[in-house]
Amino acid sequence: MNVQIRERPEAASSTSIKTAIADCDIHPARATKDELFPYLEKRWHAHLETFGIQAYQGMMEGPPYPKAQPNASRRDAYPPEGGPQGSSLSFMQKQHLDPNNVALGVLNPLATGQGLRNQDLAGAICSAINDWQIEKWTSKDSRLKGSVVVANEDGASAAAEIRRRAGDKNFVQVLLLSRNVEPLGQRRYWPIYEAAQEVGLPIGVHAFGFGGNPITASGWPSHYIEEMVGHSQCQQTALASLVLEGVFERFPKLKMVMVEAGFGWAPSLAWRLDKVFSRLHTEVPHLKRKPSEYIRDHIWWTTQPMEDPESRDHLFQTIEWIGWDKLLFATDYPHWDYDEPSRVLPAGVSDANRQAFYLDNAKQLYGAS
Amino acid sequence: MTSPIAGGVDCDLHPAVPHLTSLLPYMNDYWRDQVTTRGMTDLISQSYPTNSPISSRPDWRPAQGKPGSSLADMQRQALDKFGSAYGICNPLYGVQMVFSEDMADAFCRALNDWLVKEWLDKDDRLRGSIVIPVQSIEKAVAEIERCAQDKRFVQVLMLVMGDMPLGKRHYWPIYAAAERLGLPIGIHAGSAYHNPPTSVGWGSYHIEDYVAQAQAFQTQLTSLIVEGVFARHPNLKMVMLESGFTWLPPFLWRLHKFWRGVRMETPWVDRAPLEIVRSNIRFSLQPVDAPPEPDTLNRLFDHMQSDELILFSSDYPHWQFDGDEVLPQGLSPDLVRKIMIDNPHATYPRLKVKETTR
Repeated sequence: MNVQIRERPEAASSTSIKTAIADCDIHPARATKDELFPYLEKRWHAHLETFGIQAYQGMMEGPPYPKAQPNASRRDAYPPEGGPQGSSLSFMQKQHLDPNNVALGVLNPLATGQGLRNQDLAGAICSAINDWQIEKWTSKDSRLKGSVVVANEDGASAAAEIRRRAGDKNFVQVLLLSRNVEPLGQRRYWPIYEAAQEVGLPIGVHAFGFGGNPITASGWPSHYIEEMVGHSQCQQTALASLVLEGVFERFPKLKMVMVEAGFGWAPSLAWRLDKVFSRLHTEVPHLKRKPSEYIRDHIWWTTQPMEDPESRDHLFQTIEWIGWDKLLFATDYPHWDYDEPSRVLPAGVSDANRQAFYLDNAKQLYGAS
Repeated sequence: MTSPIAGGVDCDLHPAVPHLTSLLPYMNDYWRDQVTTRGMTDLISQSYPTNSPISSRPDWRPAQGKPGSSLADMQRQALDKFGSAYGICNPLYGVQMVFSEDMADAFCRALNDWLVKEWLDKDDRLRGSIVIPVQSIEKAVAEIERCAQDKRFVQVLMLVMGDMPLGKRHYWPIYAAAERLGLPIGIHAGSAYHNPPTSVGWGSYHIEDYVAQAQAFQTQLTSLIVEGVFARHPNLKMVMLESGFTWLPPFLWRLHKFWRGVRMETPWVDRAPLEIVRSNIRFSLQPVDAPPEPDTLNRLFDHMQSDELILFSSDYPHWQFDGDEVLPQGLSPDLVRKIMIDNPHATYPRLKVKETTR
């Protein structure tokens, strides 16, 4: 899944007709640094030139742990016209959307205003990214749907941005990241959940982000792989926080999607939550149901990077513990750990489950045709 | 119900220090004076508030004093009850939380000496773990070497949440000493609270901290494996204590997948993560984070692809099970024998197999 670039016959896409799929995690990129400027007030142009982007991590450029690939993306995904991977709609169509018969593609822009320390700048960039998604992507290809990105640490600004996009069919979810200044169940984030529930959008919680906390509860590790693997532990504790703070009691219609964080850990986490809850429930009397029930009713999971046990039975048993109706296929295009649609599910899955996995669950959740 | 068999090794018992003042007889004049004149309070960690339900089974809670503070109770409720030939004591007194390495050193020495006098000397089934002042590697190694002369110390104890990930090279002198002296490293649930207790920050509730122990163990396993601890110390065993284990298979699926993808970053990791776990990592039995259905549990054991990873533990006096169900339902007699006897003895070389039990 890394480094090698295979020569693929161009014709492969047109000669075989593939079943339509939903791809619930596509990452659109900007072709140039100033591509957002038309969507930003003038004051921010000067600000960005002078002070740059200051997130809850120390690097002015790039991530604190160097990725394994330039832009963490496939080396074969550079558009012929230049720019980073994922920055060209026409090349995304040619390389991914058309040959893989993507009927619904959910855009999850990263490197937005999320995780920035300056909340005014965060709000401005997020709003600009949302305008940019419409103009550059969703208005040009109706298969693509956007995610409303919000200044995650500023509840009022975030809620206002969500309400501004209410009813706009260019968007199918609100996007948060798993790592924030506080665990996601904390009340500072509740205005986001309130607004999302009000406008009827699910919330995608994508792995990654910066909140200033070490990516382990025992401090900062040394390597990129530890950050990569660690995202699934961040997602677990973020989900535990959401459940235990009572977010789903307070916002009973809220739906959330765990994006790019794995799903194999879900049964064990739910069992552990239930077991500990049976001992410690008096501390959290705002919970009216077992933790696993909130997870079962409110949480969906994207599949990439696909769980890959040696035995397919172990995979199937794990999915049965979660529910075939809760998985949303995703490729993570154009990132390096992209999942190839045709190779993700082993043989032995019923047609109905396969259809749910690849397309129907996503269509139902996102209400998009 | 699955019945325990006689002669087992209970790998996770928690004798409680009644109060910081209980350690005064084991401190020198300077530290005795410090504790007294500064009015130092008892070192109770938020990981285990004394009256929290998780800290003691209701029927194991004594009329007075901390759960686990009475040897007679431990004998009756755990050692005799489950027919254990050995019980390994893992004191969870909050000495890791202090910030001064000198203070931590004084308190650890006192704690280890207290364990010998108050527990190990009084029941020959009991064995101990060496609690170390991780604030100073030099002092930690010295304490390991000091205590290891007493063969009743069978392991070194560290907390799962400390200042740095445990695979960091900084800690390797501890691992070298442990390997040389035939001591596994036990990594127990709990935090020094020098970092937020979850990797996404401070939560609101005790229940969150307890749930998050499992995620902390996952990140520590990643660190230990990818930093190359077991390439350098192939004979070192590490035991995850009160960690839960049902998270292990999906954790390894992911670690393995990423290791295949970016192994160029850590070229010293010369074996697949699953192989490293099989040869070097063990897990205590309790808590069993799974529904009480034999079928589900047996599937989980199948997902673990090994019957050598789990070591019997009651986690006394913590509340992990009720009644006599220290073993979950549905384990085969063969697996019970492995968990209770064979696996612990293969892990702790300082334990001698008692003839009467074989």
